Amino acid sequence: MPTSVISYIIRRLLAAVGLVVVISMITFAIFYLLPRLAGASPETLATRYVGRAATADTVRVTAERLGFYDPLYVQYWDWLKGVVLGTTIDTGAGTVQCPAPCLGYSFRNQEPVTPQVLDRLPVSFSLAIGAAVLWLIVGLSVGILSALRRGSFFDRAAMTFALAGVSMPIFWTGLVALAIFSYQLGITPPGGSYTPFTENPVQWAYGLLLPWITLALLFSAQYARLTRAGMLETMGEDYIRTARAKGLRERTVVTKHGLRAALTPIVTIFGLDFGLLIGSAVLTETAFGLPGLGQMAVDATGSNDLPQVLGVVLLIAVFVAVANLVVDLLYAVIDPRVRTR
Amino acid sequence: MGESGSGKSVSSMAVMGLHTSRSARISGSIRLDGQELVGAKQDDVRRLRGQKMAMIFQDPLSAMHPFYTVGNQIIEAYRIHNQVSKKAARAHAIDMLDRVGIPEPRSRIDAYPHQFSGGMRQRAMIAMALSCDPSLLIADEPTTALDVTVQAQILDLIRDLQQEFDSAVVIITHDLGVVAELADDIVVMYAGRGIEQGSAEAIFNAPEHPYTWGLLGSMPRFDRPPTERLLPIKGTPPSLIRVPSGCAFNPRCEFSDRVRGDACTTERPELLPAGSGTGAHVGHGAACHLPTAERQQVWAQEISPRLA
Amino acid sequence: MTTPTTDRHADGATPAPDGDVLLSVEGLVKHFPIKGGFLRRGRTAVQAVDGVDFSVRRGETFSIVGESGCGKSTTARLVTRLLEPTGGTVRFDGQDITHLSEGRMRPLRRDIQMIFQDPYSSLNPRHTVGKIVGAPFRLQGVEPEGGRKQAVQDLLELVGLSPEHYNRYPHEFSGGQRQRIGIARTLALKPRLIVADEPVSALDVSIQAQVVNLLEDLQEELGLTYVMIAHDLSVVRHVSDRVAVMYLGKIVEVADRDDLYDRPHHPYTVAMLSAVPVPDTGRRQNRERIRLQGDVPSPINPPPACRFHTRCWKAQEVCRTEEPPLVPLGGPSHLVACHFPENVTPATPVSTPTPTA
Ligand SMILES: Nc1ncnc2c1ncn2[C@@H]1O[C@H](COP(=O)(O)OP(=O)(O)OP(=O)(O)O)[C@@H](O)[C@H]1O
Ligand SMILES: Nc1ncnc2c1ncn2[C@@H]1O[C@H](COP(=O)(O)OP(=O)(O)OP(=O)(O)O)[C@@H](O)[C@H]1O
Ligand code: SF4
Ligand code: SF4
Ligand SMILES: [Mg+2]
Ligand SMILES: [Mg+2]
Repeated sequence: MPTSVISYIIRRLLAAVGLVVVISMITFAIFYLLPRLAGASPETLATRYVGRAATADTVRVTAERLGFYDPLYVQYWDWLKGVVLGTTIDTGAGTVQCPAPCLGYSFRNQEPVTPQVLDRLPVSFSLAIGAAVLWLIVGLSVGILSALRRGSFFDRAAMTFALAGVSMPIFWTGLVALAIFSYQLGITPPGGSYTPFTENPVQWAYGLLLPWITLALLFSAQYARLTRAGMLETMGEDYIRTARAKGLRERTVVTKHGLRAALTPIVTIFGLDFGLLIGSAVLTETAFGLPGLGQMAVDATGSNDLPQVLGVVLLIAVFVAVANLVVDLLYAVIDPRVRTR
Repeated sequence: MGESGSGKSVSSMAVMGLHTSRSARISGSIRLDGQELVGAKQDDVRRLRGQKMAMIFQDPLSAMHPFYTVGNQIIEAYRIHNQVSKKAARAHAIDMLDRVGIPEPRSRIDAYPHQFSGGMRQRAMIAMALSCDPSLLIADEPTTALDVTVQAQILDLIRDLQQEFDSAVVIITHDLGVVAELADDIVVMYAGRGIEQGSAEAIFNAPEHPYTWGLLGSMPRFDRPPTERLLPIKGTPPSLIRVPSGCAFNPRCEFSDRVRGDACTTERPELLPAGSGTGAHVGHGAACHLPTAERQQVWAQEISPRLA
Repeated sequence: MTTPTTDRHADGATPAPDGDVLLSVEGLVKHFPIKGGFLRRGRTAVQAVDGVDFSVRRGETFSIVGESGCGKSTTARLVTRLLEPTGGTVRFDGQDITHLSEGRMRPLRRDIQMIFQDPYSSLNPRHTVGKIVGAPFRLQGVEPEGGRKQAVQDLLELVGLSPEHYNRYPHEFSGGQRQRIGIARTLALKPRLIVADEPVSALDVSIQAQVVNLLEDLQEELGLTYVMIAHDLSVVRHVSDRVAVMYLGKIVEVADRDDLYDRPHHPYTVAMLSAVPVPDTGRRQNRERIRLQGDVPSPINPPPACRFHTRCWKAQEVCRTEEPPLVPLGGPSHLVACHFPENVTPATPVSTPTPTA
């Protein structure tokens, strides 16, 4: 591997780590600083973790134990140390080992955040993966066909449908889908039925089918439009004319020369979408009652469980960063101009 | 040769069968080595493309796929029409790159187009076009995007390779200098039609169409002492959506008033034999209502002295 | 980045300052830093223009020719102060304008105007011709006699368009007409210097001639001075009084037009002129052409000393180690930067590194 490629990978990797750290800092600052700015003292913050009936002394001790008296950067540093090295948490009712990566301790649920979050991850991940596969297949094929048959009935119908798909709010689509397919027709299971893949793959897919379709609907529409536009642009390029002038079959021209270039920008967008999807699954998960990260974030915010919120946000940040990294590396594989300058 | 929008590229693309039936309707006749191409089966024409007729384009950067190596693109062109192993095709590609003057072809074959300079890219395009030893090579403005020193290299290369491969070359350009360097026979196009054709000598030394005269007067001559003023053609080239009736050149023609009646605006002149007929392969012909004798007289007495 | 010192133009490369000179440029340098990733930033630079000297006399047409990427456009943009020079000085009518602030530059913008290559993209498609051509009046807050509309219509007429075109939009015009609109705009404030970057390259042959003639007429009528950038050597020969040849960010030869075309001294000029295709079928057989090998090297890492030595057929050891200064040869107005110039009659001393001024 040439050094330029290695340095490219290292640079991307550093950028990804940097991104995660910055996001964690911002989240940390927001959730720890905002209440202070709003006038809350360390004691008021600590009251959230002890019962209402606690004495002023208990509150102070708790606040101290939680590090609320330390300056922000010390608190962040402690937290970061926990993430990297693991830590021991004094819950007041004894200490709890929290191995790395320790995202903190949820005093509300009386357990470390990491396992909770990891518990939810498969749900969100399943939702995202399935939907992504579905929307890629549908979006790309519809887009390609539309581009190749530009102006045909298929093209116009698909694009009208895509426009409608893009403009539909997902929460609404989800509820309508649930109402019709589960409650009216009974074809799909009702909301809230999640079976882990490891337990029963068929049940897993069956339970997620409706959320997948709902989520994929929105994205396929968007991807169909993107693919069509990219494909039309690429097929008008000079190098496509060259490929035809060589005497290549039209099918080869489209697949080998056209698609590869047309799909490049889509890879980027897909990486971003997929990363963000994990984060933005909130609405879908809420609509379908799935116990994923999105739902957890909603619950945690509602109950002011800051370590939990932070944990979810960090995990999502890691996801976005990883997705970005994968895209960048993929990009270098696809487009030689990126790696050989 | 002809101005921008006169139909040079569209004509050559038609020869190559590169128009889709959806975007263009083609009528008339194109014969390659006796074989009729208009109305021929798409797949038959495709098989000829790249093998019997090949094409190089104006902008060598955008004409090569940015994601495949130069070698891969040449190998692909060769293997479409020749059942050979990858290894043999690669050896052939290296040989071709060597013949078009790419230094160190063995290592450069794995480079991507963006790693080549403009001149090298055009050389690589030529290597690709010639990889199947076509009998017809169409070069659509092959040097327009290149610097004059590199242009000279490419023109030399095309000429040398033409002799080596013994192929016919159609060169499309608006640069009269390039035409004079390479062409044996010339067709001058205006508004989508050939308006004059003949041997290079006939077109440069005894042109008979007012538009050709105009072209010769418009350009500063590098080989003659500088003149005080250029002699432009008035007006602008017509839109092909609304081609002027009769002779398409009539709104810009200085000589239409010398034609009796209103033939210039009502009747399209046919490309008829003209001049002494001293063509190498095609006879000299011009599409103008002025009688041949008068055209020759105008050239000799009015135009030619102005240009000297 | 340090400014390279240019100590070599002191020896007569720039004519003695006289009232005749409208624009003079000394040791002009422009380096564009290359932005890489954050690990390798600012280490290298494109040496687009690297020590250029020339001066332009009032009323003359001074052309700059050279291969693509040799720095012609950059020079034009430096002279018009659309780019900030990295080093050197630009003097307009005796005034040093090299680092004038935008505010102090404003009144001078009336005197120095630029015409661009692309007649399509340099006109705002949503503005009428009247608005486009009248824009300089608005920007400079000038109220011409008889009103702006009248002034614009006069300008349109001057460049061969009809005053009725006032309310039309650029897309309704052909390429040549658009270039005329662009020229009308530059003429609005009665400039003294017009820097034209490839003004006719994008135009059709028959239209090129119209615009070339127009530029010549305007020069005569309004006493304009032109700096013309072009790569078409036939057009340059037609329009210019003096010609400078650039190679990789440096001027390698400057001379009066006929001197340069008839007796080029620099090997690159010789090669370039011999490469021009001549529209004469009779010449094809008996022409001697100098075939240059290879391509122009990258301006990021130009060859040391004489930058042309990688392609020059006369190159010797000294060419790789010592940069030839731009000095007069065979007359005070013909400058060349070469150790072994061409077309030197034995009567003239071959190497004249001795300063003459
Ligand atoms: N695919 C197309 N659909 C519609 N019109 C087209 C198409 N391709 C070309 N034309 C039109 O056909 C005319 C001739 O175009 P063509 O490209 O042959 O010109 P040209 O002589 O090659 O000019 P240039 O010197 O600018 O390349 C132009 O008016 C152009 O706008
Ligand atoms: N803004 C910029 N940033 C970085 N590099 C630049 C910039 N502008 C120009 N260059 C580089 O500077 C060099 C000179 O460019 P310039 O545009 O002056 O060339 P030119 O002689 O006008 O060429 P052409 O004939 O192609 O117009 C080129 O290598 C170009 O890539
Ligand atoms: S036919 Fe008439 S208008 Fe056309 S070129 Fe001849 S004289 Fe001119
Ligand atoms: S200095 Fe040497 S290398 Fe440079 S142009 Fe002159 S002879 Fe050639
Ligand atoms: Mg064309
Ligand atoms: Mg330029």
